[in-house]
This record gives sequence, C-alpha cells and structure tokens, in this order.
Amino acid sequence: MQVSLDINGASVALDLDARTTLLDALRNHAGLTGSKKGCDHGQCGACTVMVNGRRINSCLTLAVMHEDDEITTVEGLAEGNTLSPLQRAFISHDGFQCGYCTPGQLCSATAMLDEAAKGWPSNVTADLENATPLTDEEISERMSGNICRCSCYPGIVEAIREAADAPAQKTGAEA
Amino acid sequence: MTNELTLDKKADTRRLDEMAQGLLGTPMDRPEGVLKVTGKAIYADEERPSNLAYGYLVRATGPIGRIVSTNKDEIAKMPGVVAVIEEADLPRNSVQGATPTAAPTRGDRIDYIGQPLALVVADGFEEARHAAQAMTAVMEADTGLHFDPEAPGASIETPEAKQASQGDLDAAMASAAFTLDEEYHTSSMHSAAMEPHATIAEWKDGKLTMRGAYQMLKFNQKSVSDALDLDLSQIRLLSPFVGGGFGSKLGIAPEAIAAALASKAVGRPVSVAMHRRQVFETTTHRSATKQKVRLAADKDGKLIGVGHDNLVYNLPGEKFSEPTTQATPFTYAGENRVIGHHIARLHRPAAGSVRAPGEAVGATVFEMAMDEMAEKLDLDPIEFRVRNIPDLDPSKGIPFSENRMEAVLRDGAERFGWKHTKPKQRLEDGWWIGTGVAAAVRVNMMSETSARVRLTQDGAVVETDMTDIGTGTYAILTQVAGELLGLPANRVETRLGDSDFPKAFGSGGSVGASSSGTAVYLACMELRQNIAAALGVEETDLTLKDGRAISGNVAKPLTEIVPGEGWSATGTVKGGKAGSLVRQATWGSCFAEVAVNAVTGETRVRRMLGSFAAGRILNEKTAKSQCIGGMTWGLGMALHEELVHDPRDGHMVNRDLAEYHVPANLDVPQIEAHLLMEDRDDWANPVQAKGIGELGISGTGAAVINAIYNACGVRIRSLPGTLDKILAELP
Ligand code: FES
Ligand code: FES
Repeated sequence: MQVSLDINGASVALDLDARTTLLDALRNHAGLTGSKKGCDHGQCGACTVMVNGRRINSCLTLAVMHEDDEITTVEGLAEGNTLSPLQRAFISHDGFQCGYCTPGQLCSATAMLDEAAKGWPSNVTADLENATPLTDEEISERMSGNICRCSCYPGIVEAIREAADAPAQKTGAEA
Repeated sequence: MTNELTLDKKADTRRLDEMAQGLLGTPMDRPEGVLKVTGKAIYADEERPSNLAYGYLVRATGPIGRIVSTNKDEIAKMPGVVAVIEEADLPRNSVQGATPTAAPTRGDRIDYIGQPLALVVADGFEEARHAAQAMTAVMEADTGLHFDPEAPGASIETPEAKQASQGDLDAAMASAAFTLDEEYHTSSMHSAAMEPHATIAEWKDGKLTMRGAYQMLKFNQKSVSDALDLDLSQIRLLSPFVGGGFGSKLGIAPEAIAAALASKAVGRPVSVAMHRRQVFETTTHRSATKQKVRLAADKDGKLIGVGHDNLVYNLPGEKFSEPTTQATPFTYAGENRVIGHHIARLHRPAAGSVRAPGEAVGATVFEMAMDEMAEKLDLDPIEFRVRNIPDLDPSKGIPFSENRMEAVLRDGAERFGWKHTKPKQRLEDGWWIGTGVAAAVRVNMMSETSARVRLTQDGAVVETDMTDIGTGTYAILTQVAGELLGLPANRVETRLGDSDFPKAFGSGGSVGASSSGTAVYLACMELRQNIAAALGVEETDLTLKDGRAISGNVAKPLTEIVPGEGWSATGTVKGGKAGSLVRQATWGSCFAEVAVNAVTGETRVRRMLGSFAAGRILNEKTAKSQCIGGMTWGLGMALHEELVHDPRDGHMVNRDLAEYHVPANLDVPQIEAHLLMEDRDDWANPVQAKGIGELGISGTGAAVINAIYNACGVRIRSLPGTLDKILAELP
C-alpha cells in the first residue's frame, strides 16, 4: 500500500505491506533506525515517537493509519546541529548507558513535559484540581512506560528535571 | 611495536598518578553520547544493505522429542518467502560465555520448548513473520523428562571438582554458641537487555560479515568458525554499539548462525532479529537456585563455621552451571567450611551467565543469612560483618590484594545515616518503614587482551575488538590514552567492536575495563618511549599535557615530534601468577530504606545507597552508572524478577517484558552510588583498576530484603519478595 508520512518535517512516500507497523516503516523502509524495537509489543517504550505531538508506541500502530500525520522521531529532536535541552541533559547526567532505550526515553520525555505543562494529571497526582509541581515522583511515574534495563533511571529523572527547570537555555553541544 | 605484560607480580609503580593531563577518573561525558541521543549510533539490526531479506525464527511449540516432519514445503510457497532454513545444524541455544566453539545443534531433536525449529526468509519482515508463525512440526515425544529441579526423580549431578570442605563443619555447628541453618530460593531470571539479539549476515567473495549484538568478538568469531567450518580470516564481526548484554550476548545466539546460513542459501544479505519472546527462550538465563546456608559463631560473634550448598540447573550438554558460591570461600572468616554444588539436568531453556554469575544470587542469599545471624547474636549487622573480615583468604590461605570491605561498610553507613534498630519500630501512614544493609563482593579476574594505539600529528586512535555494551568502554579507553599521551579527549578516538582490530577478552566477567585499559596503557607506554627517544630524554622525565611534551626546559608540541606517518604500538596483557598469589576481589556495601504497606504487603524502596571499591576508577560517571544499574538489578531480584517455568513441560510462562517484571522508573528511587576514588589495587594490573560492572548486583539485593524484615518483621527466604510472601505474616 502507498502511504505518505510526514517524518521530522519531510514528506516521505512509502510502499508498504499493510501489516507494517509504524516502527518497522521507520526502521526498515524510511531509513530511520533511531527508533528502537525492544519488544514489538507495547511493553518497553523503546519505540516511542511523537505523532502530532503526542507520544505513542510506534510498534503498536500500523503505518497505514498515519497518512499525513506529523511524526517526530529521535532524529528530529535536535535543531540542526543543536541538541535539545533534554538531549544535552541526558548526556551530562548519564541518563543512558547502552543507549538502546534512549531514543524512546527522549521522545517520551519531550512529549511528557508538554503533557505536564498542560496540567495533565498522572497516577501519582494527588490533587486533580490544582497545578501539580513536576516532582521526581511525577517524572518517574510519567516515564514508567519506558524501561531502561541498564537502569539509568536516576540519571533520566535528573536530566528531565534539569530540562524542565531550564527550558529556555538553548545553547551548547553540537549534534 | 608491541609491549606485552604477563601479570605475575604486583605493579611496582603507579605511573598514572604521575601523569599531567588530568583526564583519567574524571566524570567525563561519554564520547559516543551525541550519537546515542540523536539516533545515529548503529546497533545490530540497523544497516540496510540493498536487497536485504528478512529472516524470522520458527519456535518449536512442543512436545520435546524427535522431529518427525515439518510443513516446510508449504511454508516455502507462502507469499514473499524465499527460503526455509530447516537444518540439523541450527544452534539449539546460545553458546556459553568465553567459549570458542559452536553451540550444540538441533539435529533432529527439540530439547526445550521455544527452541528454534527453522528460519523462514522472505523479502519483507511481515511476510517472514507470518510464514514462520504458520510453520509446524510433527513430533515424536520423549518420555521421562524432568522440568523441575526439586521434583522427585530429577537427575542431579554433584561434580567432584565443585565440592570443597575443610575442618569439621558439623562439629562446629554442634558446639557453636550460635548457629543458623536455613534454606533459601532464588528464581530464574533473565538479562532482558533492551536490544533483542540480532544479526545481519552478508557474504561477499567467500567472506562473511556479521553485524550483530555480541559482547565478546574474539570468542564469537571462533564459535562462528566452528559452526560454519570457516577460517577465522573469512569472518568479520561488527558490534560498534550493543544495546545491553548482561551476559546474554557473551556467546553467539541462534539467530547469528541462522542468519549466516540463510544469507549463504539465498545469496542476499539477511537480517534476523529475534522477537523479545525468542530472546527469553533461546538465549541463556540465570538458573533458579536452592541454597542452604549454615553458619556457626562463637559467643563473641566470630564465625567458626560456614556452609553453603546449592542446587542449580541446566539443559543436558551445557557445561555452565551457576557458580553460586563463588565468593563464599573468601568473604568471611571461619575455619570449618563446606561448599556443595549440585546441577539438575532439566529440559528447560538453557541457563548461562547473567550479570555477576554466582555472586548475584550467592552473595545475595549469603548476605540475607548474615543479617539473620547478626540478629541471633544481637549485633549491629555491620559490626558482625566487620568482626568476620578475614586476614587471609580462609580457604586458600593466601593474602588479599586488598580488602576494602570495612572501608565501604563504614563509608556507606556514614553517608546513609545508618542506625541499627530492632524490627517493627516505625509504622507511618499505614506503611512499615525499615532499613537494611548488605555487603557486596565480586571476584576480580584478568584475561588476555590486546589494543593498538596509533599516534599521529592529529591525535591518537585506539583500536580493539573490545565492545561497549553500555559499560563506558569508549569513555575509559579514551581517558587512559589521553592521560598517558597528554591529549585532551577530543584528540583521542576510540574504535571498538570490529573483529579486524586487535583481540580483547571482551565484555564479560567485569574483565573488560581492566584488561582493555591495561592493553591501552601498555601501548601508550611504548609510544611515550618513542616520544622520549625523539627528545633524547628518559620516558620517566617526560611530561605530556595538552598535546605538548615537556622535559626539563624543553617543551615541544607533539605535532613537531611525531613523524608524518605517525607511530603505532600494540599492548597485550595476559593474566599470570598475580591471579593466584593473592585473592583479588571488589568490595561494596548497600543500604536500603523500604516501606512495606501494612495492609497489602507491597514493598516500595524509598532510598538506596551504595559505596564501592574497585581499585582505580577510570571514569567516575560511567562507573557510578554501572553501580546504580547493578543496585537496581539487586532491587529487581529482591522484589520483582521471576521467570516462571511450567512444571509440566518446562516452558517459560512469562517470556516477555509485560509478564517478566524488571524495575521500571517509579520502582527505583534516586539511588546513590559512591566510589572509593583513592583506591588502587597494585596486584590487579599497572592501571591498578578492577572491574565494577557486576559488583553492584553482587549482594545488594539483600539490603532490600533485610530492610523488609527490619520494617515489618517478615523474613523472606525466597526471592523475589513479592507481597504474597509478606502478607500472611504481617503484624
Ligand atoms: S518496541 Fe514498542 S513498546 Fe517495546
Ligand atoms: S541505556 Fe541501556 S536500556 Fe536504557
């Protein structure tokens, strides 16, 4: 089947088996192997990408369902050679070791910060009426769909906290 | 030029402490970090050569026995299918770690449920998967098989070489003022590295290239050569990035050989990535253990007897058995000792090395027993341990290269704010709160490793077939070379994971950092000699810093010293007598604060802190990450991780990440790991560094279990300590 996807701002036309997941479309057909496959079953979060700004497990959705959707993958997080604050913070806080869960963590965290900024509650949010500060517990809960077997959770939480606290600083490392 | 060193004696200098660059040991960011956060690091299944075909392994669904026939011919006609590789020489399971031979092959048998029956190759991944799932076999079932190590009739081996005894433990138990005699269980566990095992195999001009997820290329290349009857020179393995290993990628896994066979058969490059469920079944996992610990102590809390007996399992034909008691012979004192080791032969998927084989489960259980014993003695568990730190290895009578057990216990206690308390003292908002402590200990080893360093006017390039499986190899080798050659990190490039490079032992057994670090050290020392000779000074009088060589009142940039074609040196380190003259180990302590729900028995870990000593730390940041990772695995072992085998046919019931629970973000507090940065082990090697990748899991889980007891008074002797084991006994 023919499908046209908007991936990281570029329109990409693909000819796919109808059974192709969005993840496999990216990895096997669009040449974007940044998104990872850890389970192919919605259990690990390694395949997390953003579709129209919301995070999604790309292994759990078929590519043909995303005609003209805006898809952002890890390859689209930096602006040119400038890393996003989250990408930089992941490096400085060692929010990864092997790096295999990292693209999913980064896409997930990017969308999660937006969800939190919009006041969406999480499972550990005690007060649904008022704005909840983004505590370590909130970050951990909201990131619990992204497994890191290297177990870099403390670094991941620190990195996200730093990026959340200082969203404006955009100078720094080159991609 | 080559510089070879066999470690027969203690290093007599600490040259790295005399260097001027100030790079080694610093918490430098990983040099490959940018590639990893931008999706540009290329893992196993990520090259996309033109004309690539996709292979999907077929899972044998049982029964176990002889393969009578398959529907291979029908499958071959399905849409997109280009071949069905159904061969007797498909591997049965992964090769064991550091093994230079092929895995047992399928033959006409299926030995465990989940074994690869065949590989279906198709033009598209979806077609391959669909056809693979349609493949079936007619089987002739075996009878009289065993699936449970403790079921009556299971065949149990008790190999002579793995039993040990000294003194008279029975007599010590009978006469001691205090004794403990308890049985413990740990569950089967899986590495569950995030990247599933995968290989892209391609043949060109009689040469096979395999890009895959491998930890130990030197051994993996030999296994491939043995499996496919190829010359080593015909095989090139590439693993520049490996998405975690934790032992599961030590030996080459079935998908690798299947991909190579398929690529040859279809004349195209073939990608075979295992599904997560196939990873669970066909690569090795950690055997469950049954452990019996006996302790005898005199009235002052001095151990006079130590017994540690264990039962593990493996498939018939597998040489590996979980070395549960590996650290028991030397961790604590006691003149009367017995070690027992028994292996049940079962038709469960194969067991093998998982992060810290041996200590991960053995030291953890022992540390649980030590806590129980401390309570009997009415002693602070730290005090009890410190009283029993031996002066010499009590089993071999040899000295320790260094013993930092007391240092890490005291350091951790102070940082954590440790206070010994009686159990069931704090009930807050419906949660029992308690704290626990455990020591961590892991043997330190060395194995032959080479690395080449080329110094040109642009900087240095380090090359070895060593891998970085998240462990920080790119960072630490860059730092060792930069320190010795006086170069900033951005003028050193480290290239790894190519079997054409000089051979390393690989990433396993916590040997990687010290062995490859020493090989790079040796190569760089040779290059320093070149620089010194060019300047006409002694190497020991040479200061190298920021690309300049300084000696006396001569200072020159390296660009003016190093010839245009550069210099190249290879360093090789080999394990020697230093490994047997002294007992080498790494030391840690772990402290946990837990909350146990007074109604449900659910445990949450609120704080976890560790202190570790592993000789010279090469990069503070990556070393801490390894410790935090290990401690998290300890937490997982204590509370979550449990592979369940069906007692009727041995199959893994929970073979995916939804059902096999590894710690997720909210399960893990902001763990702290502290390192004894000033530690140096001169016996280990001239870098004075030891391995740290496995220490963090080697006992630490017991801190959580001991904290649960301190919180609510429930003793858990079977891991994981899930709420069902706590609930019934809650106060
Ligand atoms: S690969 Fe999609 S959630 Fe694991
Ligand atoms: S960095 Fe390896 S799994 Fe997260």
